[in-house]
Amino acid sequence: MNFWEYLESRHQQLLTDAYQHASVVFQCMVVATALGVLIGIVTYRSEWAGSLATTLTATLLTVPALAMIGLLIPIVGLGVPPTVIALTLYGLLPVVRNAIVGLRGVDPALVDAATGIGMSRLSRLVRVELPLAWPPILTGIRVSTQMLMGIAAIAAFASGPGLGNLIFRGIASLGSRNALNQVLAGTLGIVVLALLFDAAYVLLGRLTISRGIRA
Amino acid sequence: MPESGTTEAAPRSVGATIELEGLTKRYPGSDRPAVDDVSMEIGAGETVVLVGPSGCGKSTTLKMINRLIEPTGGRIRIGGEDVTDMDPVKLRRTIGYAIQASGLFPHMSVAQNIALVPKMLRWPAARVRDRVEEMLDLVGLDPGEFRDRYPRQLSGGQQQRVGVARALAADPPVLLMDEPFGAVDPITRDHLQDELIRLQRELHKTIVFVTHDFDEAIKIGDRIAVLREQSHIAQFDTPEAILTNPADDFVSGFVGAGAALKRLNLTRVGDVTITDYPTVGVDDPLDEISARLRSAGTDEVLVLDKRGRPYKWLRRGDIVRAQGSLARAGVLVHDTVTRDATLRDALEAVLTDNTGRVAVTGRRGAYEGVVDVETLMNSVHELLEADRLEARESQTGPEERRSAQTHAEQEGTRPSGDRGEAQA
Repeated sequence: MNFWEYLESRHQQLLTDAYQHASVVFQCMVVATALGVLIGIVTYRSEWAGSLATTLTATLLTVPALAMIGLLIPIVGLGVPPTVIALTLYGLLPVVRNAIVGLRGVDPALVDAATGIGMSRLSRLVRVELPLAWPPILTGIRVSTQMLMGIAAIAAFASGPGLGNLIFRGIASLGSRNALNQVLAGTLGIVVLALLFDAAYVLLGRLTISRGIRA
Repeated sequence: MPESGTTEAAPRSVGATIELEGLTKRYPGSDRPAVDDVSMEIGAGETVVLVGPSGCGKSTTLKMINRLIEPTGGRIRIGGEDVTDMDPVKLRRTIGYAIQASGLFPHMSVAQNIALVPKMLRWPAARVRDRVEEMLDLVGLDPGEFRDRYPRQLSGGQQQRVGVARALAADPPVLLMDEPFGAVDPITRDHLQDELIRLQRELHKTIVFVTHDFDEAIKIGDRIAVLREQSHIAQFDTPEAILTNPADDFVSGFVGAGAALKRLNLTRVGDVTITDYPTVGVDDPLDEISARLRSAGTDEVLVLDKRGRPYKWLRRGDIVRAQGSLARAGVLVHDTVTRDATLRDALEAVLTDNTGRVAVTGRRGAYEGVVDVETLMNSVHELLEADRLEARESQTGPEERRSAQTHAEQEGTRPSGDRGEAQA
């Protein structure tokens, strides 16, 4: 059976895996973004808190994905929970770092102007600082998503959802008839998903970044 | 009253008094206060300029008025009401604030920027929309063209105009301006200063204006506070008084050389005789233009473009040589002045053009009259004469000097000089 025949005979299963892969990455990204931006907002004003947040999330990233999931299994069990926790933690760093950099990069004169015309702290944040910091934050989200696409494959180790299952099954049965096809399909599937997500982010950027600050 | 911006009844609030009483700012860890015990009374509708070397605390003083910087001592009263302990966010919505390089939010359109404060004050949407149009019109930008632009699509001068429009949008009685024209080129700065003076004549706000440029202070201020370090007031007086009677060496050092020439900055084109001059439209037929020249008894007419703006000077000889078309005849108008331009600007314009006069324009650059070199010479002569008189009496206060100046103007003013005021 060549690769195309394999794809054709298994397309139902492949689509389900791809959908689950995309779904878990997407949901973890939503949580990581909300959490990451929140951490950025809480810490960007203070020199040490900002550094601490960046360092902590960076440290998390140095833990190998396989080890992280392995360590989570005894605590939260197999399946979806370890996958979601690991992906969310890994997704934090680029978002947190870019949120802090973006919020700190807002021209102090504009912050001064916002305060000077009578904006409260909250409305200054929501209407001036976050919109201006949004392009770098979105870049952080993009980087995170690309990264999570790959890391999510490892989730199969903990019986998690997604295209990783194909890759693991293929590797486990190397030498069998469809082993190579499985690994290839899983890998290519992840690459295609990553490209699709990236295209979606470009579109999101067009829709959410004000024309006044778009590059 | 600070609240008047929120009331529907008052269509336009005029200025409120500002009293600073022993205002002090001391930063922790610094043994000298940044601003030390400043007391100042600013009348309603007055423009006061704080001027001084950089680092003298003038900007800090300004920012304490809207409590962007919280004073560590002293009181602030606006319109008689003590605002030192009022909610700063509410306070700031009643005080216009314009800063250097406009401070416009780049991700919002011009209209959104201007609408910010009215929206925070929960004006109804229709009123906000009307107000945006009105403000753009007020600062001389066409609403249809500029409403939906983003700040980066504007020139520096246009951005600054929008910045002023935003500061004035909620009709605050007090306007604070922190070196607002510091980041634009000199020509644009000149125009913006003229605009501000025109606006202020219409609006009568209380303006506190910070600059390090003494010439700007002279041009704009009703009174000038020259500040030395820690915001100590070296002299607080009218521009005339500071120029002719500097309180001490620090002030005279700051006034700088050429005080006599700077006097020209204190008199505006609107204060001297603006005479009528024969004009023709750019589309008028040639024989009509010739007829106009003959009947006017001059050698030259001013050609206005379709929107009534000065376009070119046309001499009798030009028409003869024109051979049926005006397209290449005559000399283009290089420079015009507004009524709010200073005599120095006018003199500059007359000296660079070789027509011996400069066209005076009003709103949207429309022609209003001309000032010729004789008028300017007479004014300069009278100014210097008045200064000499002053020096002789040495003790003359600003009031008398003012009256001497007014007297001189009356002498030089022919009836036609009053004509334009209603149009302006």
